[in-house]
Amino acid sequence: MIKDAVCSFCGCLCDDINVEVEGGMVKRVRHACRLGSSKIMGHGRIESPMIRKEGKLAAASFQEAYDRAAQILLAAAKPLLYGWASTSCEAAKKGILLAEEVGGVLDSTATVCHGPSVIGIEEKGLPGATLGQVKNRADTIVFWGCNPAEAHPRHSLRYSSNSCGRFTPQGREGRKIIVVDVRETRTAKNADKFVRIAPGSDYEVISALRMLVAGKGDVVPEDVGGVSKADLADIAATLKAARFGAVFFGLGITHSRGRYKNIDNALSLVAELNSHTKFVIMPMRGHYNVGGIGQVLAWSSGYPMSVDFTRGGPYFNPGETAACDLLARRDVDAALIIAADAVSNFPRATAEALADIPVIQIDPYENPTTQLSEVVIPCAVVGVEAEGTAYRMDGLALRLRKLVDSILPSDEEILVGILESVHKQRLLRANEEA
Amino acid sequence: MIVKGGIVYDPANGLYGEEMDLFIDQGRMVEQAKGEEIDARGLLVMPGGVDAHSHIAGKKVNTGRIMRPDDARQGTEPRTAVCRPSTGYTVPNCYAMGYRYARMGYTTAFEAATPILEARHTHEELEEIPIIDKGALTLFGSNWQVMECVRDKDLSKLAAYVAWGLRAARGYGVKIVNPGGGEAWGFGANVKGINDPVPNFDVTPAEIIMGLAQANEMLNLPHSIHLHFNNVGKPGNYTTALETLDLLKDIKPSRMRQIVHVAHMQFSAYGGTSWRDFESKAPVIADYFNCHNHATMDMGQLLFGSATTMTADAPLEYGNARLTHNKWSNHDIELEESSGVVPMVYFRKMLVNAVQWAVGLELALLVKDPWKVLMTTDHPNGSPFVNYPEVVTLLMSKSKRDAEMATLHEQVPKRTVLGGIERELDWTDIAIMTRAAPARILGLEDKGHLGPGADGDVSIYNLRPEEVDTSQDHALVKKALANAKYTIKGGVLVSKEGRILAAPPGRTFWVDAAVPQADTDRLMIDLEEKFAKYYSIQIANYAVQDAYLPHAKVIRAGLPVPLQEVA
Repeated sequence: MIKDAVCSFCGCLCDDINVEVEGGMVKRVRHACRLGSSKIMGHGRIESPMIRKEGKLAAASFQEAYDRAAQILLAAAKPLLYGWASTSCEAAKKGILLAEEVGGVLDSTATVCHGPSVIGIEEKGLPGATLGQVKNRADTIVFWGCNPAEAHPRHSLRYSSNSCGRFTPQGREGRKIIVVDVRETRTAKNADKFVRIAPGSDYEVISALRMLVAGKGDVVPEDVGGVSKADLADIAATLKAARFGAVFFGLGITHSRGRYKNIDNALSLVAELNSHTKFVIMPMRGHYNVGGIGQVLAWSSGYPMSVDFTRGGPYFNPGETAACDLLARRDVDAALIIAADAVSNFPRATAEALADIPVIQIDPYENPTTQLSEVVIPCAVVGVEAEGTAYRMDGLALRLRKLVDSILPSDEEILVGILESVHKQRLLRANEEA
Repeated sequence: MIVKGGIVYDPANGLYGEEMDLFIDQGRMVEQAKGEEIDARGLLVMPGGVDAHSHIAGKKVNTGRIMRPDDARQGTEPRTAVCRPSTGYTVPNCYAMGYRYARMGYTTAFEAATPILEARHTHEELEEIPIIDKGALTLFGSNWQVMECVRDKDLSKLAAYVAWGLRAARGYGVKIVNPGGGEAWGFGANVKGINDPVPNFDVTPAEIIMGLAQANEMLNLPHSIHLHFNNVGKPGNYTTALETLDLLKDIKPSRMRQIVHVAHMQFSAYGGTSWRDFESKAPVIADYFNCHNHATMDMGQLLFGSATTMTADAPLEYGNARLTHNKWSNHDIELEESSGVVPMVYFRKMLVNAVQWAVGLELALLVKDPWKVLMTTDHPNGSPFVNYPEVVTLLMSKSKRDAEMATLHEQVPKRTVLGGIERELDWTDIAIMTRAAPARILGLEDKGHLGPGADGDVSIYNLRPEEVDTSQDHALVKKALANAKYTIKGGVLVSKEGRILAAPPGRTFWVDAAVPQADTDRLMIDLEEKFAKYYSIQIANYAVQDAYLPHAKVIRAGLPVPLQEVA
């Protein structure tokens, strides 16, 4: 029995998971939600490295796969190294080194997720807290455009609406929960107040709340985004009356009309609420270490996503150096996709662009990206079969454990293998030229 | 390695500009050695620089980077055969930190504030900083367990917790920031003075400071408590500084060092009742330091231009954000701390900023004993550390100060006494304030000097101390200090005239203090309850694992632990 393992599924990084291991296999998982449990128990894996030959993926050795991957990256003028959300920071470090080495662009899944949140934070900063602070203090919680009941199943019990802490001994009973969304989600069913807004009206609704909080309600129209002014005034009053308030937000606001401007506005609302009471705000990060790649990239390059290393010095300009922009403009000529399924999650035109360039995939699982990959390298699952560091949605670093052995190498080891092959092939080429 | 013919300033060993050869073998200073010769004939030679207070790693530094892509763009340098790429000015990336310190002749820097809960992140970044040796001070000032031990007057349990916390954080010393204020900020409030009770905890900042100072001495830690006062950055706060210092004057030190090190004194030496009548109280503070021997300080010098303020004093950052209408990040850390980050620009025509600039210099010039004052900018709060040469030249040249003063807000001469200070520091003073004193204050025995057994960290500058007139030739001095002719770290030539030649990993110092098992046992009952009820993670996942410190240097301290008691 392994106690207090960290679940490597979502940005909650629940660290109270007990796992029964027997004969080198996971037999039983306790405390985890269904999503986490399914990941830790394990399912359908890629078994061997593969290289595409005559249109078909054929089994190959790891070394052959590393060499082919290195060859593709070296031949490319501007390769994209994309993904990184479901692997360790140790792998991210090697990935950044590889991007520097081959002169590529490194981007994470944040680009199709909380990338707009990052840009909002660049505009306004992030008034936040660790999740335990919310658990111990928050008497008012707003979930905006997110649905933890289905996407982060243990969030409410461990950290937010239903958790108990020092100043919140009554748990759910002592809290006011407001859910803002375009549809009545399962999270909304647990709310004291569900506010249904018209799709794409987040910016207007937040603006109205800012006016009401600032005491300038006279400029607010009678109806904003399908919500009555009276309702909005009621919400604004609830927010101001909080002793400690917290806003959690998700993709419903980052990828609806307004995008990063919505986040900019929400961050401003929270900053202003601090003139009246205590308020914090936090993005509901999806993949378990999408926060970690942002942290590692920031301390290594100065920027948290979409970093272009083709010029020697790191360069960042979202809209220019983000994965989807590059692919839509067909501005990259090879891609390494690691710990993410780009084909399933990218807009159609960008996914199509991937089909026209050589793709290297590093992943434990087969997914639609596998279908168009030139090289496929299976890896151990971090947090189950490999150790490593991950950053929770609140920025807290935790060490993931290895629960069982795997014959497969970790992402980190694979990247080191590719790096070594890059060095080897460069040396070979230099010798040939000499 | 032999450093030949330099003019050596090694004040810890009584050398004040003597021409001599230095020898390094296996990374340490020795009496005799062979090998590579470095020609330092006639040049200024000092031990490698030591920065005892700088924000170089961890969550708040990375938050600064993430919210400031504008800053990252200011310092881009491409990758080289030796170096990873550099970015940033006030919040450089990890690699730039190592290279830029090394270029200036600095070989050691300590991160000034890390919450235990987030220490893993700090060590991830420290490990990525090349070349320099480092350590991280651990935050205890608004910690629930600390406040409860203080409330219960259970000093031995408090000492056990400090030892446990340092071990969990792989921390080097006890940092206290706006004691109690971090807890009050949990509900958006603050403490207003050292006797203002902390809400819900029935203790005062004064009691927290006293308790932690006593525990620090009980544990015989190499460093004293490292204190960021209450009311930092506010007009009239010099009284809080004096009251706090006076609290501590009768505590007996466990080692030959101060009882308290005051962080960035400049930000706590203000008079006036508001920003309108804001003025310097540096002379009063300096007088206190001249009359007492239990306290040391670092300047926290402010320079004009861009900075990023970052501190565990979260209410202060909220105030900065409201004052400047700038972007604001805040980060509360459950059961332990709060913190904030706000970008800032300091202007020479803005009276408050100009007075702040003068206050830092006044402190360093009016305190007579250079062993009590460290040269810092509280990087990146007052200015980024790359501007240290500017600060040094201001301290060495009255004419430079006068020229600067002439460009400032016209009220500055009325609000400060800087214009009347004739003192110009010499190379001995500078070697103390940037090398010998920070090492002694931190309790780093092998740093800050060049005696046999010391670390082989040497900086050699393209300056002839016997010829250069530091008072007049300040431009020349500044240029020479910005890029050492040679920087030697652990016997390796790492930098030459601004070019990085090698980037070996540096070590990370942390303090492992022993305490009686019985005290730890009593403590663990409290901690297990806290983790079960209040923390959002399990106690088993809390402490920093050794994997994060592959180049650790453990310093032992603690109580003389008796032999195992018979049950």
